[in-house]
Amino acid sequence: MSAESHPAQPEGNHARRFTAIWLIASLIATPLVIFVLGPELPPGNGSDVASGQVTDNTVLLAMATPVLLLVVIYLLYAIIVFRQPAGAALEGPAVRGDTKIQTTWIVVTSILVLSLAAYGTVRLEQGYGAGSGSGPKPLTVPKGPKLEVQVIAQQWAFTYRYPGYGGVETTHLVLPVDQTVELHVTSIDAIHSFWAYQLGVKADANPGVDNVAFFRPTTEQIFEVHCAELCGIWHGAMFDHGRIVSAPAFALWIREQQIRFAPATKVLEPYAKTYSPEPTRRAH
Amino acid sequence: MSTTAATGTTQPTARPLWRRLIGFNLLTAVILGVGGYYLGWLIGREIDGPSYVFREKVNENDVALLLAYFFGVVGFLIGLGFANYPLSRMLGRPASLREKEQQGIGRYFGLCTDHKVVGMQYLVGIGVFFFIGGLNAMLIRTQLLHSTPTFVGPNQYLSLVGMHGTMMMGMMTSGILGPFANYFVPIMIGARRMAFPRIEALTFWLLMAAGFILTSTIFFGGFPTGWTGYAPLNTQAVMGMDSYICFFALVGISMCLLGLNMMATIITMRAPGLTWSRLPIFVWSVFGTSILMVLAAPTLIATLLMAALDRSINTSFFIAGGGGSSYLFQNLFWFFGHPEVYILALPGFGIVLELLPVFTRKPLWGYRLAVSGMLGVTLMSFFVWQHHLFVSGINADLRPFYMLSTEIISIPTGFIFLCVMGTLWRSRITFSVPMLFCLAWTFNFLIGGLSGVFLSDTPSDVTTHGSFFVMAHFHYTIMGGLIFAFFAGIYYWVPKMTGLRLNERLAKVHFWGMFLAFNSTFLPLFVLGFEGMPRRVSFYEPKFHALNVWVSVSAFVLGLSMLVFLFNAVYSLIFVRARAESNPWRSKSLEWQVPTPVPVHNFDQIPVFDSDPYDYGTPVTIGAAGAPAAAGAGA
Repeated sequence: MSAESHPAQPEGNHARRFTAIWLIASLIATPLVIFVLGPELPPGNGSDVASGQVTDNTVLLAMATPVLLLVVIYLLYAIIVFRQPAGAALEGPAVRGDTKIQTTWIVVTSILVLSLAAYGTVRLEQGYGAGSGSGPKPLTVPKGPKLEVQVIAQQWAFTYRYPGYGGVETTHLVLPVDQTVELHVTSIDAIHSFWAYQLGVKADANPGVDNVAFFRPTTEQIFEVHCAELCGIWHGAMFDHGRIVSAPAFALWIREQQIRFAPATKVLEPYAKTYSPEPTRRAH
Repeated sequence: MSTTAATGTTQPTARPLWRRLIGFNLLTAVILGVGGYYLGWLIGREIDGPSYVFREKVNENDVALLLAYFFGVVGFLIGLGFANYPLSRMLGRPASLREKEQQGIGRYFGLCTDHKVVGMQYLVGIGVFFFIGGLNAMLIRTQLLHSTPTFVGPNQYLSLVGMHGTMMMGMMTSGILGPFANYFVPIMIGARRMAFPRIEALTFWLLMAAGFILTSTIFFGGFPTGWTGYAPLNTQAVMGMDSYICFFALVGISMCLLGLNMMATIITMRAPGLTWSRLPIFVWSVFGTSILMVLAAPTLIATLLMAALDRSINTSFFIAGGGGSSYLFQNLFWFFGHPEVYILALPGFGIVLELLPVFTRKPLWGYRLAVSGMLGVTLMSFFVWQHHLFVSGINADLRPFYMLSTEIISIPTGFIFLCVMGTLWRSRITFSVPMLFCLAWTFNFLIGGLSGVFLSDTPSDVTTHGSFFVMAHFHYTIMGGLIFAFFAGIYYWVPKMTGLRLNERLAKVHFWGMFLAFNSTFLPLFVLGFEGMPRRVSFYEPKFHALNVWVSVSAFVLGLSMLVFLFNAVYSLIFVRARAESNPWRSKSLEWQVPTPVPVHNFDQIPVFDSDPYDYGTPVTIGAAGAPAAAGAGA
């Protein structure tokens, strides 16, 4: 090791050698990240927004890879090459900065960061919120017919209301494939978060708030539903499965639910964007 | 812990023990604290009306507990003697330095206004609570060996999660400013004391009272909210929630006062010649952190007051059904909460950049860039808080702005990395333990920062929000950042603070154990988060089991490495007690030029500065440009 830390080595050599190592590593690693790791990234291709998130995660990871390699290879290079020889007390060069390098760094990181923000914004608005809860009045709304489904969170379960089908309330979420869904998420007690992992949908359920999210399932599948916001002791158990089925199967299923829950639907509160539960207080 | 043993001279006192125990000291403080607690409890019972017997049975008399904590803290502070000085000044008595010029071990256990004593008190006091918080983490990981709550119940599990998070986020806000800034900032800037020495002592004892209060939550049923304490969950919770509220409010007060004190000290008490452009970079980071503390902490205190009122006298600031909003709590909490995470990160930047020149034998590369990076982070951190609420539906149209501001904050953070890399370039690295921790910091914070990009982008945040990915991310920035820098500071400065040497072999075992186990613990959590495992759950799907077992085992090794440190501290500082060299790192910073132990008033004569402390790399000639050598040159 100490042989490599020869003091007389000109600066240019180190810079050129390091740049070469970094470039080669980046040129190998970045395509690997994009083409090998990329398709494996979460959350899969269960819906249009999920596929979009796979792309976003791939883009971000591909941009992060050269940065990661830059610093890690630099650290390793410095650790291996720029060592104090054993027993010596040598001083390094008294360089206090370099305007050209600093300016380049500021410009390059600024461009990177601004383009990331621009990319994120475009993806967010083009993706109609890209699966996120976008508040009661989302800025962008997908065109065409939408299946409206309400998610009502409570401690510690989600129930689902279908206002287009007489306001029937079910305990499981079943949706037709290739149909844009307009999800209205609300809560009647604490804050929850509706998270359908495979569908790439996550929307907080706040009491008194109607939180809308859009997505279109693309394959028939079974998906997981979690609560993603700490909501009390059984938060971890607030876990369920939903199904994406074909359009005829959905029609059959929803008809079944309407009949099965008809007595319950009659006594339910009329469908609303939010419900006004009693103030959440402890029983005094 | 051990560091108290390292006091200077112990003066034999003529007074008998029983006489010494009467007066304003820790014993009196505890007695008055307990007395105040029961007084508050009694008053609360009277106020909260006829149903109190029932309420105590169901663990719900919030008024009583809040008042009990309040009076307990007031009694504790009076017992320590914090009221004496203001009262005696009001009565027209002259000021005295008695509280500063105490001698002996006793001064570490009471009100002492010597900033070096307060620094040591902080180091040990925070260390104790850091280990309690760490123990909670071990219990959490033990539970997560199982996919259902079998080791502890779901309620206890959430209490452990809440205690771990709150303890770490609360106590460790002062993790570097408390011990190291209090001890070294006055010396580094050539001052004889902090601007407000009594406030300095107050911040420490407030924090200790706070830590005790948070620990006491186990007697009141714990709290289920995690460190974020969201309403309306906090309104439902049992009395243990009041411990959380009092803890964080006291931490907020302590933080705010600490920040004010640091700002006043750094602005007004710099020695002649110490211009802003010569200020040690660590002092700059303390300055930035102090700005954040002063501006962010009041929001927290106000928010918690509202939460306490919601809980105790049925106001409805945060109750949707009563005209309030659960968004309000989230908004206010993160308005404090995001600057808070930079309060934790910035001092780490400072320590790493302060130590690198010493161990690379080069001047700090890009001093002005580093300063602007720190101030940039300070400023920007107030404009990003709603990225915690990307999927909540609040201000959804503003998300592009928060995306932009969050990503912009990585530009000043990047400055710090450039300065680290510039300083390392063609340097002469000595791999001493503090340097190892600094290098590890660089790697950890890099992973933390890059993973943050996934959370700053709304569409990809939908995948990772509220999952273990977030948890891994902030452990990389806070544990990998703050705690690694904290240990770098300990190994670097404890020889100065105690005059004793820490065993280097054990220190290296600690470092490698901690670094490897840390990464082995938290890297897999990124994967778990990506695969869809939510945070704060005591139930998870069997498919996550294998990786969770791996993480738990790694976490236990991480815990063991902390025990190695603890053993080293006790062994080296209490049993071996080998004298440290006066300047083992050949540092040119001023704190290494003053004698060990540092005299009570630091300097006989105020030093005069004519350069920054990074005068490395040039041929050393005696008496040349080095500022530190100028100590004693006369004001």
